[in-house]
Amino acid sequence: MKVNGFAHPAPSDPRRLLSDHLRHDLGLTGTHVGCEHGVCGCCTVLLDGAPVRSCLMLAVQAEGHDVTTIEGLAPGGSQLHPVQQAFHECHGLQCGFCTPGFVMSVVGLLAQHPHPTEEQVDEGIAGNLCRCTGYASIRRAVTRAAVLLAPLTPDPSPLGGEGANPADRSSSGGEGAGTSP
Amino acid sequence: MKPPRFEYHAPSTVEEACALLASLEDAKVLAGGQSLMPLLNFRLARPSHLVDINRVGGLDRIYERDGGVAVQALARQAAVEDSELVARACPLLSAAVRLVAHRVIRNRGTVCGSIAHSDPASELPAVLLALGGHVVARSKRGERRIEAGELFAGVFETSIAPDELLVEAWFPKSPKPFAILEESRRHGDFALAGVVRAGDRLALFGVAPTPVLAGAKDPARGLQPSGDLEATPEFRLHLVRVLTDKAFAA
Ligand SMILES: Cc1cc2nc3c(=O)[nH]c(=O)nc-3n(C[C@H](O)[C@H](O)[C@H](O)COP(=O)(O)OP(=O)(O)OC[C@H]3O[C@@H](n4cnc5c(N)ncnc54)[C@H](O)[C@@H]3O)c2cc1C
Ligand code: FES
Ligand code: FES
Repeated sequence: MKVNGFAHPAPSDPRRLLSDHLRHDLGLTGTHVGCEHGVCGCCTVLLDGAPVRSCLMLAVQAEGHDVTTIEGLAPGGSQLHPVQQAFHECHGLQCGFCTPGFVMSVVGLLAQHPHPTEEQVDEGIAGNLCRCTGYASIRRAVTRAAVLLAPLTPDPSPLGGEGANPADRSSSGGEGAGTSP
Repeated sequence: MKPPRFEYHAPSTVEEACALLASLEDAKVLAGGQSLMPLLNFRLARPSHLVDINRVGGLDRIYERDGGVAVQALARQAAVEDSELVARACPLLSAAVRLVAHRVIRNRGTVCGSIAHSDPASELPAVLLALGGHVVARSKRGERRIEAGELFAGVFETSIAPDELLVEAWFPKSPKPFAILEESRRHGDFALAGVVRAGDRLALFGVAPTPVLAGAKDPARGLQPSGDLEATPEFRLHLVRVLTDKAFAA
């Protein structure tokens, strides 16, 4: 498998979780581990560009795929990735435990919705837990990241795939809904 | 290691996967892993063998069949969410899949895995039941079709045999009007209770060991949902009545 652009052999024990493989075998401790059952989101990494929970994958399953961790987001390390920059500017972190997972989820969110609505921002970060910030600064960071990324991404077509679906959720709170138009 | 000891198999064809399931004692299929991996990490599941189907080629299609939509075993929930075909032919499924967990979970989780897992609070089994869809199960013994009404047997239990691989789920075209409404503590959590309307048909989830069909006039009749820290049985029945009224008010 490739991790942050470098090829690594898969671990010999198939029971090794991808999260543990990254942290313990490869020393990439930027990927955090909280709940290990998919709920907290702090272990989120990119698998072939799409965010996934590394605690819910066996490392052997990543064989033949590209994994990107928080360490690989800004290669060279001289300049922050726009999402990292936005978290920095908007104080999107306090203790920082949740931050790698949030950043990776937001990279995925903005790839899917380059100009997210408020509702899409809320939905996009709903799968990550933060015990410090109260989320307000993280929401601001997502909006800021979209602005920073805009010059770097091609303009979406006027009929872009998003927002055109009548079945979009009607609320972002606890009540989920989808109805016919 | 967090997961218990198991022997790992990664077949590359459906035939190979079925041969493994036929010959191995106590094997479990691993699809998206979004339900099975937590169970392994907590050692609540201890299968002797894992048959990982993620390397099986040509099993991730979403295609039109018999006027409805067939979703193969490796089609991720995120792909179904983004599918124009699904939005056109079965918008109820598009709406329902958005209520399953979070996008990051849906990037791995499969529609078929959710149906095979058969959590009583899951949206997709209730959608399959409300629409009157079916699944196709394959084994060394052959292929068979299981109607939604015959599929769900109990909490986390289906009539899929241990040697069978669920190869696809078929959802009929959604009739109008349709609706899926649920109540949960936080967005992305499993629902406390939910309702699916497909035309005149109504299916409920989160209030019985399996999804159930009900009448819109008195949907809570005969139900005995369980209570837990999040909701009492009475509250779940209340939700079912209110959500049904909303679904049929449209
Ligand atoms: C944080 C979190 C929140 C979640 N919230 C929800 C929610 O709100 N609603 C909801 O419905 N689900 C929810 N889920 C579960 C998620 O939707 C899973 O993706 C889904 O239940 C299982 O699909 P999977 O592909 O991941 O299956 P796996 O986890 O790989 O497998 C689940 C079970 O199904 C069996 N199985 C899978 N595929 C097949 C097949 N093709 N043939 C035979 N057997 C098979 C496996 O052997 C296993 O027993 C949540 C999960 C997490 C981690
Ligand atoms: S550690 Fe993976 S989601 Fe919490
Ligand atoms: S900054 Fe501390 S958990 Fe989010």
